[in-house]
Amino acid sequence: MSADILVLVEHFNGVLHEITFEMLGAARRLADATGGKVRALLIGQSVSGWAPQLGAADTVLLLEEDGLELPSAELALTLLQRLIEQKTATLVFLGGTNVAFGIGARLAARTGLPLVNFCRGARVENGGAVCTSALYGGKMLIDVRLPGSRGIVSVSPGSFPAEAGKSGRVPVVEKLPKPAVECRAVFRRLVEPAAGDIDIAKSDVLVSVGRGIQDKDNLPLAQELAEALGGAVSASRPVVDQGWLPLTRQVGKSGMTVKPKLYLALGISGAPEHQEGMRDSPLIIAINTDPKAPIFDIAHYGATVDLLDLIEPLKAAVEKKKVAQ
Amino acid sequence: MNYFVLLKMVPDTVEELEVGPDGKSLDNDRVRLKLSDTDEHALEQALLLKEKCGGRVTVVTLEAPEVDEALFTALAKGADRAVRLSIEQAKLGTVATAQVFVSFLTAGTATLAPATLILSGSQANDDLEGELAPYVAEALRLPYLGVVGGVSLKDGRNEALVLKEFSGGVRGEYELPLPAVLGVQAAEKPPRYVPVAKVRGFTKSGKIETASVRAPARPAVLEVNRMHKPEVAGRAQMLEGSAEEIAGRLADLLAERGII
Repeated sequence: MSADILVLVEHFNGVLHEITFEMLGAARRLADATGGKVRALLIGQSVSGWAPQLGAADTVLLLEEDGLELPSAELALTLLQRLIEQKTATLVFLGGTNVAFGIGARLAARTGLPLVNFCRGARVENGGAVCTSALYGGKMLIDVRLPGSRGIVSVSPGSFPAEAGKSGRVPVVEKLPKPAVECRAVFRRLVEPAAGDIDIAKSDVLVSVGRGIQDKDNLPLAQELAEALGGAVSASRPVVDQGWLPLTRQVGKSGMTVKPKLYLALGISGAPEHQEGMRDSPLIIAINTDPKAPIFDIAHYGATVDLLDLIEPLKAAVEKKKVAQ
Repeated sequence: MNYFVLLKMVPDTVEELEVGPDGKSLDNDRVRLKLSDTDEHALEQALLLKEKCGGRVTVVTLEAPEVDEALFTALAKGADRAVRLSIEQAKLGTVATAQVFVSFLTAGTATLAPATLILSGSQANDDLEGELAPYVAEALRLPYLGVVGGVSLKDGRNEALVLKEFSGGVRGEYELPLPAVLGVQAAEKPPRYVPVAKVRGFTKSGKIETASVRAPARPAVLEVNRMHKPEVAGRAQMLEGSAEEIAGRLADLLAERGII
């Protein structure tokens, strides 16, 4: 049975998100395997300039209007529901991101289509789509069948190669009329994190601290190590939630995505939401007393010493090395 | 104000998880449960709102091992009422779980009072079918917002000012009319600590109400082929030795790589 796939293009604050291409590549592969079509749904203000990049799709369905500077969940939801009811798609791909959060479940409730969350892999098998999802923070995988390839899939960032979704082909663009939508959650404004702090995304070296730092009073140790390495201190969510460091230092899903030359993870367990923010760093060194911490799955080097025992000797060793060179 | 906090027990991922005999779900004998992390935040946010604006906090769960401890802890933290619904959490997907909570919330009442806020954690580690809060919102036809990082209530009006997390530390400010459903990612303060002795006190004298609700039509919405452990593609090269030895090796490595 052919799978006609609809991909919700993901963008935020003027930036097109890579997950769009990851989803397009996967959609293209599945549609080609079943003789189906891929359509990209692009909604927003001043977004039509991105349409030529979406050539992995056969068609771009475009709703462009002023006043849509923030992606409206209700608008996407209404359009997706309408397109499903018109049989324009049997399978919908949504980004597993904060922007698209909740759209999948609400769409599932309104259409009766099943939603598969945390999807890391998808293939066609025996006439239907099979999705592989990661549960329990990534500790278990589960293969779920969508009979007739009908369903809604929330795709975890980093699951599919973005390159497969980048195409030189120019897609057909079809304009959609704006439906009447009742927006009960009314967007007022974006709140930027407090200014005057450094941009960790620009730092070549990040000394990143997690729960293992244990106490706010230990942060100066991390700061001194960062300075010795010519870098900055960043943190995982729990440290920022405690108020020990500002939001601008947070690495992960709701925070920053970073790719420093060195990411030194101190006392960070490496939950999926954190990994999303740093896994592409060329050199990841992880220090965690738990040998089973998921951070070790993506780190290049690791050790199970207590970070509080390592920090000062490491700073001393680094300074000694610098002098010797 | 009436705050309903919907709580779910989920597998504790600190423990090693194993696939059960049916090959499609966890080995329940080996699973330890704990309250979902973001549900702790949802409870904390409700308690903070109660402290600031008044009202009553009701925590609601389904039946699960160890759930009473979570309920007594909630009472010890300041919840006014704890309700345990007579349906087993195990084997229910999120859609069915939402149906059970909705049955309770609508029992004996045509519509919810305007001054009502329903909170749950933004997402649980077993939400294969999607998140609880949006399913509850759709069934009740209420406005919803997820990934919530802050909530305040507007004086005298049944309206909430809500902060949703995006990325890069940027958040969006929204206004929602009440009643509404929120999926809380982080409370404005970390979840409060209560001494074990205080929880013990509530275990002796606190009251957990039980309520009967209709069982959901289908326990699960998705067809599972199999559950399996991930193969780890790569793994860190682990360094052994004392802290000083490791420090030395790391400094050498960083020099080799041109970092220092």
